[in-house]
Amino acid sequence: MARAAVIAQDDHHYTSTGLSSWKVGFWTFIGSECLLFASLISTYLVYKGRSVVGPYPEEILNIPLTSVSTFVLLMSSLAMVLALDGVQRGSRKLSLIWLGGVILLGSAFLGFQAYEFTHFVHEGLTIGTNVFGSSFFVLTGFHGAHVTGGVIWMITLWIMAARGKLAPADSLKVEIAGLYWHFVDIVWIVIFTLVYLIQ
Amino acid sequence: MSTEAVADGFGQAQGGASPSGHGDHSGHASPRTYWTIGGILTLITAMEVAAFYIPAMAPVLVPVLLVLSATKFMLVIMFFMHLKFDSKVFSGVFLTGLVLASFMTVALIVLFQVLPKYDFMG
Repeated sequence: MARAAVIAQDDHHYTSTGLSSWKVGFWTFIGSECLLFASLISTYLVYKGRSVVGPYPEEILNIPLTSVSTFVLLMSSLAMVLALDGVQRGSRKLSLIWLGGVILLGSAFLGFQAYEFTHFVHEGLTIGTNVFGSSFFVLTGFHGAHVTGGVIWMITLWIMAARGKLAPADSLKVEIAGLYWHFVDIVWIVIFTLVYLIQ
Repeated sequence: MSTEAVADGFGQAQGGASPSGHGDHSGHASPRTYWTIGGILTLITAMEVAAFYIPAMAPVLVPVLLVLSATKFMLVIMFFMHLKFDSKVFSGVFLTGLVLASFMTVALIVLFQVLPKYDFMG
């Protein structure tokens, strides 16, 4: 048992700086993702107010609905850190509850986004209608794809926890998944303000 | 008291170094701190939405929303992503990407929104 824990820790691959190479690599990935989303947000801002045909943002964006979905995503981040805490404590029950919470809240956010996209299409706004539609759907679509990837990642962690394969020695796996999830959350914090609230 | 406990403004940090004794600190805040941060994030989001609907806020809406959004951003990266407690190397790597991204955003807006308003050829 002790040997297995040592092997699991050795799998973390520490760098010469004493830092986990997985964490250094993942923070570098997150830094590069900042550039990806900055380019998409910049594109949205550059084309803002340049649509020559409607629907325009002020006519179609649903602030109350998006406020609720923003709250849901923020609470999923809270559930994520509580799941990490549960894994670090070695509590299988807490791990399952909070990882399940992340999956449910993340899926709820995707449900809100699916409803919003469907509503916009029914209102006549598609990715080809105007520059607002193009930049909006690409930006929020990329974010939604990241959330979808995160939900799938959380489901795999939940299955590992259910099978008893998520011990405290494996907490780095959950921590890195958490970094990804929180990054998706901070990207939405920026999108919610720049796209929805500042019109 | 560990370094992490001192660093935690709520005084409830639990940890020290990682189990292996390596330099990346996985000593994080306590669940109570996480719930507090979750509550603050909810409150700030409610303030943002309220500011959007209050007509008197219109003249200062953009700076107010930007400050509130930046506060939420900082709370998530410091407490939920543990940058407040982890090695400064992680903060440096993340901030490098963030600063580059910010410069790129400003450059694109200046190139495509600001400069076209001035006739440099005239």
